[in-house]
Amino acid sequence: MKTCLVVDDSRVIRKVARRVLEDIGFEIAEAADGMEALAWCRTAMPDAILLDWNMPVMNGLEFLQRLRQEPGGQAPVVVFCTVENSLDRIRLALDSGATEYIMKPFDGGILEAKFAAAGLL
Amino acid sequence: MTPEDLDLLAELCRSRAGLRVEIDKTYLIESRLAPLARRESFASIDALMAAVRLGRDGRLLWAVIEAMTLNDTTFFRDRKVFDHIRDTLLPALARRREGKPVRIWSAACATGQEVYSLAMAAEEARDALPNARFEFFGSDLSERCLEKAQSGLYTQFEVQRGLPIRQLIAHFESQDETWAISPRIRQGVRWRRVNLVDDLSGLGRFDMILLRHVLPDLDPTVGRRVLEGLAGQLSSHGVLVLGPLEGGAELTGALRPADPLLGIFTRDPAFRAAA
Repeated sequence: MKTCLVVDDSRVIRKVARRVLEDIGFEIAEAADGMEALAWCRTAMPDAILLDWNMPVMNGLEFLQRLRQEPGGQAPVVVFCTVENSLDRIRLALDSGATEYIMKPFDGGILEAKFAAAGLL
Repeated sequence: MTPEDLDLLAELCRSRAGLRVEIDKTYLIESRLAPLARRESFASIDALMAAVRLGRDGRLLWAVIEAMTLNDTTFFRDRKVFDHIRDTLLPALARRREGKPVRIWSAACATGQEVYSLAMAAEEARDALPNARFEFFGSDLSERCLEKAQSGLYTQFEVQRGLPIRQLIAHFESQDETWAISPRIRQGVRWRRVNLVDDLSGLGRFDMILLRHVLPDLDPTVGRRVLEGLAGQLSSHGVLVLGPLEGGAELTGALRPADPLLGIFTRDPAFRAAA
């Protein structure tokens, strides 16, 4: 079973994402900020990461940049999921190593389609 | 709605546009007509249908029929079909046309996502086909859909349905939460209201015609007539693209399967070409 780490400081968003992603066959782990997510990845590198941008302690972009320096950290497919919706921000995320990008608000259909577009399904 | 109004609605949709309305799905029908009734300042759907029954207002009658058309669509719907169009069909048609424009028609374009997806696919194919020229046409029964299609403006929800993020940033500009397709792509498409049950012979010949996710909503007899009408507008090497698993060759001898799993057909050479 593929694993996905859901990183978001909102418990509600994590719960919604978990439900959708479990339905399409992922095993889910959760983290509430980038630092927690990094700790998760050091224990067990997931196949996919659904990543919020604005979070306390460590934001999503910094997490992504740090992740890519880790051993095995090139492997996970990263899908941003954030209220940030300017073209500059999207380009920055892709240049930093994200594969897909979801602008909040989203629904199950979008989440599934974006995971398909990222080659995860 | 009363059974009489439901019958009237079904009969209007069938006779004017070949649309099949399932009158037992009352809730669905009412959810389509309620916004129209409000927009046209009727107190209720019953009042709207009473005005339709009088039959004095042709515009209102068409507004009712248009409200019953399905226009649920996404960018790059059935992704594999668009990959095949980009990688195989467009290069083959461009070579056939030898520098003359390849004419492509999205025959039920709804709010435009299909024809814009084709135009984006052509942009990507163009790198390998420097001399190719493409002309895009979008038509629909619904004026309201065409207006939106023509604006090239989409909500944040719409641009996240089917459109990969790299294509979004390559072809769209954002204004607040609205996304505008690039003028280069938008201006490459011509629009027209077309009722596919009418005579289509004035529209010219096309190298590719798409009619996807429409046949299941048409009365079967009308569906066959529409397919034959479209077959008549195909150029000698043209292809008709239907939705996956929508039949086609089973419905009419005018079509011959080219890649039936992708819904791609050519005109049977024995089928008389349109006058």
